[in-house]
Amino acid sequence: MIYFDNSATTKPRSQVVHEVTECMEKCFGNPSSAHRLGMDAEKKLKMARERVARLINAKPGELVFTSGGSEANNMAILGAIDKGQHLITSRIEHPSVLRLFEKLEKDGFPVTYLDVDRSGLVNLEQLAAAIQENTRLVSVMHVNNEIGTIQPVPKIIQLVREKNRKAKVHVDGVQALGKVAVDVKKLDVDLMSLSAHKIHGPKGVGALYVKNGFNLKPLMIGGGQEADLRSGTENLPGISGFGVAAELLGEDLEAKLAHVKALKLYFITMLQALDGVLINSPADDVHADAILNVSFEDVKGEVLLRALEDYEIYVSTGSACSARKAAHRNYVLPAIGLKERHIEGAIRFSFSHLNKLDEVEKAMAALYKILPVLRRVKK
Amino acid sequence: MKCMLIKYASEITLKGLNRRSFEDALVRNVRSSIGGHAVIKRESGRLFVNDYSDEMVEKAAKVFGVISVTVAEIVEKDIEMIGRAAVEQLKSQTGHKTFKVETKRGDKRFPLGSMEVSAKVGGVILRELPELKVDVHKPEIVVNVEIREQAYVFTGERKGVGGMPYKSSGKGILLLSGGIDSPVAGFTMAKRGLELISVYYHSHPYTSERAKEKVVELAKILTQYTGFMRLYVVPFTEIQMAIIENCREDELTIIMRRFMMKVAEVIAEKEGAMCLVTGESLGQVASQTLESIFVTNSELAMPVFRPLIGMDKIDIIDISRRIGTYDTSILPYEDCCTVFVPKHPKTRPRLSEIKRSEEVLPAEQLIRNAVLGAEILNFKL
Repeated sequence: MIYFDNSATTKPRSQVVHEVTECMEKCFGNPSSAHRLGMDAEKKLKMARERVARLINAKPGELVFTSGGSEANNMAILGAIDKGQHLITSRIEHPSVLRLFEKLEKDGFPVTYLDVDRSGLVNLEQLAAAIQENTRLVSVMHVNNEIGTIQPVPKIIQLVREKNRKAKVHVDGVQALGKVAVDVKKLDVDLMSLSAHKIHGPKGVGALYVKNGFNLKPLMIGGGQEADLRSGTENLPGISGFGVAAELLGEDLEAKLAHVKALKLYFITMLQALDGVLINSPADDVHADAILNVSFEDVKGEVLLRALEDYEIYVSTGSACSARKAAHRNYVLPAIGLKERHIEGAIRFSFSHLNKLDEVEKAMAALYKILPVLRRVKK
Repeated sequence: MKCMLIKYASEITLKGLNRRSFEDALVRNVRSSIGGHAVIKRESGRLFVNDYSDEMVEKAAKVFGVISVTVAEIVEKDIEMIGRAAVEQLKSQTGHKTFKVETKRGDKRFPLGSMEVSAKVGGVILRELPELKVDVHKPEIVVNVEIREQAYVFTGERKGVGGMPYKSSGKGILLLSGGIDSPVAGFTMAKRGLELISVYYHSHPYTSERAKEKVVELAKILTQYTGFMRLYVVPFTEIQMAIIENCREDELTIIMRRFMMKVAEVIAEKEGAMCLVTGESLGQVASQTLESIFVTNSELAMPVFRPLIGMDKIDIIDISRRIGTYDTSILPYEDCCTVFVPKHPKTRPRLSEIKRSEEVLPAEQLIRNAVLGAEILNFKL
């Protein structure tokens, strides 16, 4: 099996699986319980918090564990704003941000959507012009999930600080973790969302970084867990697994990033030998190396995906033609100006440091066999 | 003592010398539907089952040939006993102000006529439940009394699906797509007693695994009525590729459909079936114009049943909702990849032209490969 769909989710490391299992079997106490089992659980929780915090250079107390990236995004945005305040985001955010802003707009919040250029980068001039006295929150994703664009987060934050001291910046860091170096202190960001299952951790767990001193409103009211920001008994096996995944990722992170860069470069070199191929996420400074979005002309992405499946190669499409639901329609590729023929044939290969160079070769060999066959069926 | 009383279509009782085989099929189907080891007795157009539950009533009502199911109280053939049973049943169903007693007298030796029985039982009811009134024209509830070997008393019947016993009229091949029409066509023919085997054409990698799962789901829904369903998943990519590469674009669909029919006919022969069943409705799409159907139909030895041919889409949708296939049929996987749909398909193809276009194709080999490559799935209720 060749798994090139690491931006959808990643395979949990065996150490993670072990940690989750052990937590369920041996450390099942409620961290809030007064007895020793509860204390053991609380210790696990503390350790996980320290591990995840270390990965992004945060203080442990600045992390709130959530059910995942979507919850962290919702929590950050809804918890930071008040009626009538102006909000800014981009057109290529994850649905858990973009659709939330669309809803808020319907509820009466003024929202500015920043356009992106051919690389997927937000327009900084447009941002500068959009920031008003009433602007409360700017939310942008660090790394885009479809094409891997790395937004100039430091510049964005600097710009926001210059224009409006009261405005806060939320960064959806779900796709950034493990793909670029993330340092919340260097970035000086106010809020950042994270997810465990994108870094070989378990599903159903994520975190929101909340800068020390930020007065965020909770979405979930109850027993007061997570410093009263996220009530509900903690998902300890998940959180603990997240901690292990974070710790593992942090080991030799630079070497891992370099390996992924090599994978992408190799893949692109080989792809250039093919006809009718358009690289939507080139190997440059503004695209994360872990994501390689490619348009294959005269082929339907969905069909190519299924043909690759026959070779046990797993990828994603840029645009699923069967996806009629608004939540599934692709808006990222049109936003960077891609034409229909390149949208329908778009495939996203997304790598992890666990992928190997020979997997790229095997994928290329499969593409060499598949593409001519599929292209026999001209539209 | 109670029993489940099943009425079946009078059409079955009119079958003369063949009546017995139809009834046998019905009893067999009822038994496999309700399960268990209940004793099923037949008597003049009725089945009496010595076991009952709400679930069994629901199941029996879905058996083709059944027109109604009810739970009846069995009592001695004595007016007072019948009356008391009727009173008990009326008491358990409150909220009625008017009633009527209807009697069928199967036992002609019983001294009272049916009108007399109704009147006397009505008298008992009025005596015991004085708040009720008789209304022979528009009663809110009907008390049924049947006088046979014993007397049966029941109120309220669950309407059955009707039709003829499944498997009482031979075997056919249903061309099952993931759409709305073909499951309805299958249901309609199964209801006339035709045993079905389904065929689905799968074009990997052009159609998704989810499209296939959807057809599997539809086949399973049909087993609620048929008890069992065999599904052939026929690999169709090779045929489609051959057509695409060798024939004109606007003839693609019609030639494809001719192949579908031929493949289905080969499977029919293999399965001992004698007809094909499709969900075509006249003029619904380009491949369903009269000219197209003429061309699709022309070289087949078997009759093709198209039970929806004269129906409007809206009526087909109604049936599909009623039989429970609609929600599955409208899942969006089916036509997700339109690679094989020409932009302007021929609506008036001519047989001679189509046959000439087809000549270049190794038809026999293509059909054989498709049939041999089929995956056979069996589903039981």
